[in-house]
Amino acid sequence: MSGGFTSAHLIYLVQSIGWTLVLSVLAFALGGIGGFCVMLARISPRVWLSRAALVYIEAIQGIPLLILLFIVYFGLSVYGYQVPALIAAGLALMVYSSAYLGDIWRGCIEAMPKPQWEASECLSLTRWQTLRLVIIPQAMRLALPPTVGFLVQLIKMTSLASVIGFVELTRAGQIINNSIFQPFLIFGLVGAFYFVLCYPLSRWSQSMENKLNVSNR
Amino acid sequence: MFSLDFSPLWPYWPTFLLGAWLTLKMTCVAVFFGLILGMLVAFAKRAKVPVLTRICIIYIEAVRNTPFLVQIFLLYFGLASVGLRMPTFAAAALAMTINIGAYAAEIIRAGLESVPRGQIEAAECLGLPKWRIGWHVMLQPSIEKVYPALTSQFLLMMQASAIASQISAEELTAVANTVQSDTFRSLETYIVVAALYLVLSLIIKLIAWAVGEHLFKRRRAIRLAAKRAGKTPPDTQRVDTVIPGGAA
Amino acid sequence: MSAIVKVGDIHKSFGSNHVLKGVSFEIEKGEMIAVIGASGSGKSTALRCIDRLETIDQGQIEVCGIRVDDPKVDLHLLRREVGIVFQSYNLFPHLTVEENIMLALRHVKKMSRDDARRIAMNVLEQVGLGQKADAYPEQLSGGQQQRVAIARSLAMSPKVMLFDEVTSALDPQLTGEVLRVMEDLAADGMTMLLVTHEMAFAKRVADRIIYMHQGKVWEVGDGSMLDAPRTPELRAFLDNGL
Repeated sequence: MSGGFTSAHLIYLVQSIGWTLVLSVLAFALGGIGGFCVMLARISPRVWLSRAALVYIEAIQGIPLLILLFIVYFGLSVYGYQVPALIAAGLALMVYSSAYLGDIWRGCIEAMPKPQWEASECLSLTRWQTLRLVIIPQAMRLALPPTVGFLVQLIKMTSLASVIGFVELTRAGQIINNSIFQPFLIFGLVGAFYFVLCYPLSRWSQSMENKLNVSNR
Repeated sequence: MFSLDFSPLWPYWPTFLLGAWLTLKMTCVAVFFGLILGMLVAFAKRAKVPVLTRICIIYIEAVRNTPFLVQIFLLYFGLASVGLRMPTFAAAALAMTINIGAYAAEIIRAGLESVPRGQIEAAECLGLPKWRIGWHVMLQPSIEKVYPALTSQFLLMMQASAIASQISAEELTAVANTVQSDTFRSLETYIVVAALYLVLSLIIKLIAWAVGEHLFKRRRAIRLAAKRAGKTPPDTQRVDTVIPGGAA
Repeated sequence: MSAIVKVGDIHKSFGSNHVLKGVSFEIEKGEMIAVIGASGSGKSTALRCIDRLETIDQGQIEVCGIRVDDPKVDLHLLRREVGIVFQSYNLFPHLTVEENIMLALRHVKKMSRDDARRIAMNVLEQVGLGQKADAYPEQLSGGQQQRVAIARSLAMSPKVMLFDEVTSALDPQLTGEVLRVMEDLAADGMTMLLVTHEMAFAKRVADRIIYMHQGKVWEVGDGSMLDAPRTPELRAFLDNGL
């Protein structure tokens, strides 16, 4: 018994992909800035700052995104106004991303050989100059695969925004399913759309990582 | 500045603990079966049967490139639509098993590929049967090498279990949803639950560490010997194939 | 004449390993000092302490009037006076040879790009690599990379240059080109301290040779010391070849 799933439904789904992308890009951009700050704090010689960043990373990485989402959503609502789901989801994803990206990038910076730091500082460059001119340019090559890999995770995580009512791809699927109840078809399609978004990025990340491994051998 | 009032939550602490226990149970079940599934798929993918390899690739890539929420909807509502109504716990555990299986398969595969060809050849020349080679020479050192990546993945899975609340499975997040609608103390409830997840994470990390110490005696022996000699222990090459955030 | 480098009774331990047990020496302006000794004798550690890559537990170090052991020492000032060349060259792989040399000139000495380039080309010519300005480090041989490393430090016009076993990682046929550059530097009057295994070079070019043994200065002398060692330890060291 097919029928019920019309081209209007299909268009509705496809349009919602736009919102998935908006949320993804927003979270990635803001989370990236946050992650950079977290990374700097984590590698700081100031112990209190490094510890604070560690606690932040461990805390965020230790709780489910869904819970973080609820905390942000209800936390913002405490002030009385109904926060648009996009803002709440964007904020939650940004916090989540900053912790993960900060940790990834910290790992990449720390993987840079200590002699590079020594050589630079012995040329009288400041720590910040060393970071900016010597370490980060080299670390970026190493950081690209896991960063793109995280972007894939991020796109998938935007699906959770559906729980607080934001109409992105998953929510659109739920709405359609609630009216015509053909879950295999609808969620299969939804899954396929996510796949189309994510798979190319996954492959790109994988091929970059392969190239890195070959050149490192 | 608003004020946080945790007092209405006190009477619910048994409920919270029950939720935490259910989450732990669900995760452990999924990890157990998911690990087995992952091992099977890892070997199947390496077997020289193109059809099998193709199926494994499709399975792994499909799971890794779609959100867990969609996977669980597909499984639960999809099966319901053809008349198969599963209990929510089983459905959630099954979805988690399938999800974990795909990630574990890739992690284990990377471990298997890092086994030096020479060791496999030596084992073959000793006349060891294929399955013994697979178990002793390939799988055991691989698991040791990828153990950190595996434990990270399992932790991520525990967090993904929160998503099971969306099909009304009984676990910690579902409990949180109920309690907050009872007490109207939404923010406090989720903060408490967040703390509980952190505690669960710690417990799992501890268990994982203890299991690792017990299983991988070689590593422990090397590390203790290095410590006694006053040197830093050798950093055995780790195979890091986990992409942080992966699972959901 | 005031010494450029004054090392006074320095002690240094790594954990329970007492590496430097009271080392003292001075380097006058224009002098070239070679430090020899078995691995573990502490010679590299002593060198690294001078540029504060390691901190000492006891004693004093003074470089161009700057107290290196002072916890509040101005490291940037110190490192503008001291040039250091490492065993593993440590060139910046993402920059060309020229950019490697220009980096500190532009960002520390705040030179314009043209001024920096001029100086860079100058020092490159000095080490015989003028035509390799646009190459990347990975395209050069070990000996060439090490010469670029020397040029990079030299470009900053340091008052003293430290060389930490700079030929030890090179194939034998490549050490000659590096040693030639160092000999030229010495002839130009650069104050130099080298930790080295090149005995023949040390005997020929160094003004003074310091032999270190188990964290202490064991013997000091000029090149003749290597032909007629006074202590049995130095004799054993020379007999063993290294």
